[in-house]
Amino acid sequence: MADVTLKGIVKDFGSTRIIHGVDLQIKDRELIVFVGPSGCGKSTLLRLIAGLEDITDGDMFIDGDLVNQRSPKERKIAMVFQSYALYPHMNVYENMAFGLELSKHSKEDIKDKVMEAARILELTPLLERKPKQLSGGQRQRVAIGRAIVRNPKVFLFDEPLSNLDAALRVQMRIEIAKLHQDMDATMVYVTHDQVEAMTLADRIVVLNAGRIEQVGSPLELYHRPRNKFVAGFIGSPKMNFIEAQVTGVAEDGVELSVIGSDPVKVAVDPTGLAVGDKVEFGIRPEHMGSGTEGELSGKVEVIEELGESHFLHVRLTDGSLITVQGRGDATAKAGESCKVKLDCSHAHVFGGDGFAFSKLGTLGQHEKTATLEGA
Amino acid sequence: MNRQMKSILFYTLVVVVVIFSVFPFYYAIVTSFRSGQELFNPSVFPTSFTTGNYFSIFKEQPFGLNILNSVIVATSVVILSLIIAVTASYALARIHFRGRGLLLMTILSVSMFPQVAILSGMYELIRSMGLYNSLPGLIIPNTVLTLPFTVWVLTTFMKELPKELEEAAVVDGASPLTIVRRIFLPLMWPAMVTTGLLAFIGAWNEFLFALTFTLSNEVRTVPVAIALMSGATEYELPWGNIMAASVLVTVPIVVLVLVFQRKIVAGLTAGAVKG
Ligand SMILES: Nc1ncnc2c1ncn2[C@@H]1O[C@H](COP(=O)(O)OP(=O)(O)O)[C@@H](O)[C@H]1O
Ligand SMILES: [Mg+2]
Repeated sequence: MADVTLKGIVKDFGSTRIIHGVDLQIKDRELIVFVGPSGCGKSTLLRLIAGLEDITDGDMFIDGDLVNQRSPKERKIAMVFQSYALYPHMNVYENMAFGLELSKHSKEDIKDKVMEAARILELTPLLERKPKQLSGGQRQRVAIGRAIVRNPKVFLFDEPLSNLDAALRVQMRIEIAKLHQDMDATMVYVTHDQVEAMTLADRIVVLNAGRIEQVGSPLELYHRPRNKFVAGFIGSPKMNFIEAQVTGVAEDGVELSVIGSDPVKVAVDPTGLAVGDKVEFGIRPEHMGSGTEGELSGKVEVIEELGESHFLHVRLTDGSLITVQGRGDATAKAGESCKVKLDCSHAHVFGGDGFAFSKLGTLGQHEKTATLEGA
Repeated sequence: MNRQMKSILFYTLVVVVVIFSVFPFYYAIVTSFRSGQELFNPSVFPTSFTTGNYFSIFKEQPFGLNILNSVIVATSVVILSLIIAVTASYALARIHFRGRGLLLMTILSVSMFPQVAILSGMYELIRSMGLYNSLPGLIIPNTVLTLPFTVWVLTTFMKELPKELEEAAVVDGASPLTIVRRIFLPLMWPAMVTTGLLAFIGAWNEFLFALTFTLSNEVRTVPVAIALMSGATEYELPWGNIMAASVLVTVPIVVLVLVFQRKIVAGLTAGAVKG
């Protein structure tokens, strides 16, 4: 197993720059997840690591070796494709054995390795089947098996679960997490689904338009997003952004008036802020409550019931629509006026450039462990 | 119009179509079993049955040799054109290079030229290479003739194969040749059988080149040999022999088509290869 280092990686397709100088250190045995909206360059970055695309500029190291000019095979990587890309004319056994055969392993050796992978992935009864005789989940496991048998330095996954239905996706997600524990392998996993990213990753890399927005443990990104993009991308439903004005600046935070509300205090480093500045106040739906008391007032427009919780979509007095989460069944009714209460210990403040003012104070217990693990 | 009328009309149409497409073959078979005066009997039904024609064609000229020539030429054309077309289509479908689109369009337009347009140029080439009146002198022009179509079809087919399949093989450590041999060839079987069979039929029935580029009966292929069959006297047209020969050389083609018919259908509905 190995670490992977990206130094100033740039990729142009023709005259279009798709990856704008990415620096990243992937540690040995880490499961790192690239997440970002569709078309942001996740697959391209993964394929650059794989060696399926040429690097336009920058250096890539695997296990300390410069690999810019090396083929995927020489890089000793294995890749699981979104469409599985199983060889349709070969059965499950042959699919998994193909790479070993090409690298001239002995027949017994191939058999041992394939049987072992089949056992781990519970594919043993299916070895004789052709890919078209398998279900989506089984095909996915064969694709993973094909990667396992080659005992690669780095596993690369490109949205491996996006072709599966929701229930199977959760199950396979757990299997991949388990696989990572058992194999102690370095894994790079690409997804556009932030839930997958949060649940699987040791560290998440948030990509946007070919640039890294932030790298950190899932909880670090959740609690301390570096900018508005990360704040909005991580967490579901997404964070609410509300216009606010600075009414007071102190060492231990700033006081804000959120659309004309009484000042609320947010513990962020106030450097660069002055009274009267316009900022954006960010708060997640789960850190607000609705009721008869609260800093903001508005009107309930839509209610979504999930059973264990509910979401109220509330139109505020300035016309913006925010989402408020509550536990259990909703008591409010659509069309009613309501007050929204803010838990400002979990609020964020973003400047005009989209960057967050860094949060002050000690981290919460969860954040602390997460940061330590991620470090 | 009620149901019955509709189905009567439908089957009438079917019968008409079948008669038009099958009658010429039927008549050839019937004629091939007639001899002497019988040949001029206009009846469409079998009136006599003699197999004499089928033996006399082998006695009066080297027809066995002609068949062998046809087999050699057609088989060589199929093998040559498939080897060239598979490798060419890999490059055309999978590798980006300057002028690829132009090249593909050129290939397609070349395949639309009438054969007679390239006849004299081809004749000069064949003669200057010293291949006039020899089997290679037929194999090369026939290969050239079928290649554009074969390359075009295989390129289209290869384009449809998912790119990730090739990339998976690259990650597995396969060289381009291994990819073609172990991944693409097995998947392209149906397309190759279809194009190969069409190339075979084309070369088997090819007349113009075979007539122009040969001189002696020993290197002639079947279509020319049949056309140049002569009767006992200058004024007699050996209809019986001609029909018997035609029937005889159509049989292998029919057998080939029947053997490969399922593959042909699969090849014509190409691209249905999803992992
Ligand atoms: N081979 C290619 N040629 C040209 N543009 C490409 C190629 N591959 C990807 N792109 C472009 O690069 C951008 C990023 O693509 P991709 O990495 O696939 O995004 P993601 O996987 O994040 O959805 C897209 O705008 C896409 O159009
Ligand atoms: Mg992608």
